[in-house]
Amino acid sequence: MSPGAWWEEPVHSLERVWVGLAFLIAVVFFSASMLVWHRFGSQNVTGRAYRVSPQAYQAEVERFVQRYKVGEEGGQPVVAPPPGSDVYVLAQRFRFYPILLLKAGERYMLHVASIDYLHGFSITQPHVWNLQLYPGYEWVVPVVPRHPGTYHMACNDFCGVGHEMMLGKIVVER
Amino acid sequence: MAGFAETESRVCPVTGFRVHQAAEDLVKANAVAAVVALLLGGVAAVVVLFTRWMGAFPPEAFYQYLALHAWNMLIFWIIFFEIALLHFAGSIMLNTRPASPAAGWMAFGLMALGALMVNRAVLTNPLNHLSFQPYPPLRGTPDFYLGTILFAVGALVGVGLFFATVYKAYREGNHQGPLPLVVFGAFVAAVLAVGTLLVGALAFVPALLWSAGLLVHLDPFLWKLVYWGFAHPSQQINLAATVAVWYLLAQLTVGGYTPSEKVSRAAFVLYLVAINLGSAHHLQTEPSGALSVGWKWINTGYLMHLAVLGSMIHAFAVPGSVEVGQRLRGYTRGRFEWLVRGPWHNPAFTSLVLSVALFGFLGGITGVIAGTEQLNLKWHNTTGIMGHFHGTVVAGTTLAFMGITWYVLPLIFRRRVVGERWARWQPWLFGVGVGLLVLAYTQLGVRYGLPRKQPDVFRFRGLPLAFPWPDEVYRLLAVAGVGGLLALLGGAVFVVLVVATILFGKRLTDEELRRQYALPSFGGNPGHGVTETPAVPGTFALCLLFAAFFVLTYLGNYWNLSRSWPIGG
Ligand code: HEM
Ligand SMILES: [Cu+2]
Ligand SMILES: [Cu+2]
Repeated sequence: MSPGAWWEEPVHSLERVWVGLAFLIAVVFFSASMLVWHRFGSQNVTGRAYRVSPQAYQAEVERFVQRYKVGEEGGQPVVAPPPGSDVYVLAQRFRFYPILLLKAGERYMLHVASIDYLHGFSITQPHVWNLQLYPGYEWVVPVVPRHPGTYHMACNDFCGVGHEMMLGKIVVER
Repeated sequence: MAGFAETESRVCPVTGFRVHQAAEDLVKANAVAAVVALLLGGVAAVVVLFTRWMGAFPPEAFYQYLALHAWNMLIFWIIFFEIALLHFAGSIMLNTRPASPAAGWMAFGLMALGALMVNRAVLTNPLNHLSFQPYPPLRGTPDFYLGTILFAVGALVGVGLFFATVYKAYREGNHQGPLPLVVFGAFVAAVLAVGTLLVGALAFVPALLWSAGLLVHLDPFLWKLVYWGFAHPSQQINLAATVAVWYLLAQLTVGGYTPSEKVSRAAFVLYLVAINLGSAHHLQTEPSGALSVGWKWINTGYLMHLAVLGSMIHAFAVPGSVEVGQRLRGYTRGRFEWLVRGPWHNPAFTSLVLSVALFGFLGGITGVIAGTEQLNLKWHNTTGIMGHFHGTVVAGTTLAFMGITWYVLPLIFRRRVVGERWARWQPWLFGVGVGLLVLAYTQLGVRYGLPRKQPDVFRFRGLPLAFPWPDEVYRLLAVAGVGGLLALLGGAVFVVLVVATILFGKRLTDEELRRQYALPSFGGNPGHGVTETPAVPGTFALCLLFAAFFVLTYLGNYWNLSRSWPIGG
């Protein structure tokens, strides 16, 4: 057989079926499911982002804390914003600030930004989901803390030695 | 005994390839460097594994050894080995002397120097404890970035030499017609490498200037975008190289060849057209507004999934190649005699089967899921990601490269493999070990949200906000620990046997090689036209099983996501 004659060789029917099925799964089904979830799912990464300077963001968060502060825990303010309001989290080496007290099933506008390095914003125990933070970007995204409980945060993007200490807390009340 | 005396080349008594001394030396040097890196990375893995398992080492040590592990494993072990493969595919498989052995040695020298510099930088300065998310404003020292750049330039020279040698093979008439499938796969990997390394320069050269104080500001967001434009396709190089090695192993172990050259080649081409673009899945949980949803969807929807389609085609064609070979060898009963009665005494065959199965079921499926826009919310930077890439580059690529090494030792080093009884168990230790590690870390990440790169999840340094994990987390960490230990043991057996073989293995004469390593029906582009290619019903059944598992796992992840807090829109 001459070199290259494989081009004329017919593809066996089983392989043809597989390639068709693989196309349907990979290209049609997987891609479509992302779109379908955008339309009908309740967990999408579709907030807005604004450029913000570290100083401006820090001032914004400080105003928020002063306004709704209800207590203190482990040296951190505990802040209880009313349902439907804007909620702020500041990420910084090596802390999440402040501690939040939220109501289950209510909708909040979450503002979150880093003021120094890249950080991971992970609500992790019990596991909710994870977001990526950049210095200089304020991310605004609606969130519904669905179930009551005590939730812990951890940074999951390496931000320097000390990264392992970067923790936070959200308490969701009924 | 065959020597190089008069011609500086010999004909391999087993494969019939013309082996030039220059190519052989380059393969040897790069393979040895690769194994040294594997050893270093493995030693570092001990520290990393025991810290995650039981908090054995302090965080500072963890970050340092994590960086050593990451660079030596993912970059130095794999790329040295791939350059060895390119010398093999471009020169030996095409019966051609390397176009410029000097360039080959220059490439090797630059890569070795770069690797040494990076290791030294990580060992001597805590600023360089940077593994694979080295995003500014985290800033290493200039020698760290310079080391990575020298290594990359060396690799680029090696890739250039491959192209030149392929060209020479045609010009001198040593090879006619289309490239053999394995060389074609290597060619695709090489093309991907050129694009990738150039994008890498766009990330690392500015980083070098910035760390040297010559550049004032690096935008962290832009840098990460460019960085993944390099770091994602670099994994596609590994993928293409791994698949090429799978086809080669199918040929060497059972005389197999792909059921359809046309389809296999088209699948490689899909890697080329789709993959350089499919990098946004590393930026799924970013502030949209910075990246538009539409762009993310095009990039991680259609474009990424075209590459996934390529992989799913290989998922049929590679086991299909084994089935074709085995059926031609007479194992034709039922659907699965070809698999059950495979040459399991041959560690290369065992490595091939485990590598394909683990890559597909663990690495591939988790990759598609973690890369899906919304599903990424549950995976991003958890140990689930670690589970994913230990399923691809470790259980898949590393095990495949280990498998082909059992042929490199007799055919290139011409030494009889020492301790064949141990070699027979090696793929099982490594494969099963990594498999356990992957399953456990994936669960830990997706279900429990265990963060990646977290050295102190037990005590959190006793901070006021420290919190305990449920008991299952500790149990799963132990499963991962035991799996990791088995894998380390498998890795150690591999390194010891390779080193012992190179140093003390019995030298093999042509006659002994021919007798002991005779290949099942082999020669260039085997099989075609000689016999009718048999159908592969067993492979088809396995693929249907795989597809069902894939779709169910995918939907299961959406179900899991649907129960978490609503976010967005
Ligand atoms: C031999 C057994 C191996 C074991 C037990 C092992 C274990 C681990 C562990 C525990 C981590 C830490 C993850 C974390 O805390 O985030 C890790 C990270 C990693 N491993 Fe392995 N590994 C092994 C082999 C390999 C191989 C062969 C490769 C590459 C070919 C590899 C590539 C990586 C990479 C790239 C990282 C991530 C570094 C980062 O986070 O930037 N590993 N490994
Ligand atoms: Cu961090
Ligand atoms: Cu990727």
